[in-house]
Amino acid sequence: MREPLRFDDLILKEVGGLLVPFLQMFGVYVIFHGHLSPGGGFSGGTVAGISMILFSLVFGLGPGLRKVSHDATRIMESSGTLWYGLVGLVGVLRGASFLMNRGAGIPLGTPGRLFSGGLILLITVGVGIKVASAIISLYYLIVED
Amino acid sequence: MRRFFALLLVMGVAWLMVLAVAEMPTYGQPNPTHNAVMERYLTRGPEETGAVNVVAGILADYRAYDTLIETTVLFAAVAAALLALGEGRHRGGAT
Repeated sequence: MREPLRFDDLILKEVGGLLVPFLQMFGVYVIFHGHLSPGGGFSGGTVAGISMILFSLVFGLGPGLRKVSHDATRIMESSGTLWYGLVGLVGVLRGASFLMNRGAGIPLGTPGRLFSGGLILLITVGVGIKVASAIISLYYLIVED
Repeated sequence: MRRFFALLLVMGVAWLMVLAVAEMPTYGQPNPTHNAVMERYLTRGPEETGAVNVVAGILADYRAYDTLIETTVLFAAVAAALLALGEGRHRGGAT
């Protein structure tokens, strides 16, 4: 496979390899703490997706595609949106309206704890997966000429 | 002549918009149209949604429909970009 965009540099490789896991960790942190601190699905998903862009830039598109393939982005892309809709159906199944949280009798927990807020955390995770895969697949699309 | 009518139409629509803006209450006034929703969100948000971050509470609980359609829009945009620019290649279609 042709490598369209790749910078062959020792410093970049070392720093990039060091940075990628922390970026992913930070992205997941922002997604999971969306209801507690600034952030949420959109910003955390962007950070998590950008870590894969950095990986592909530093180590080449081939290794990047081996980590997250086209099929993986496609499945994540569709399932993120689908998951959101399914979470919304929980309210319907409990006899309230679509996407209802407290009104559907879902326990909210103590505000401030990680597992609180009912459906908000599930929704945020779905949005995060969706945004991360959107960023990655758009990058693949642009780079793979 | 067509240009004249087009200009007349545009000016008429603009006049209607200016009328609508002139009818709006002054910004920042103690007016329920501006402040009731905001006060409800800020004072009762953590209690009603369980989220300390009020922005997340609004996005994912009060305005969950908005975020759902927002996600769908993003999905449609990415799907259209993939469809138009490169997806056929991976399925063995015409390049």
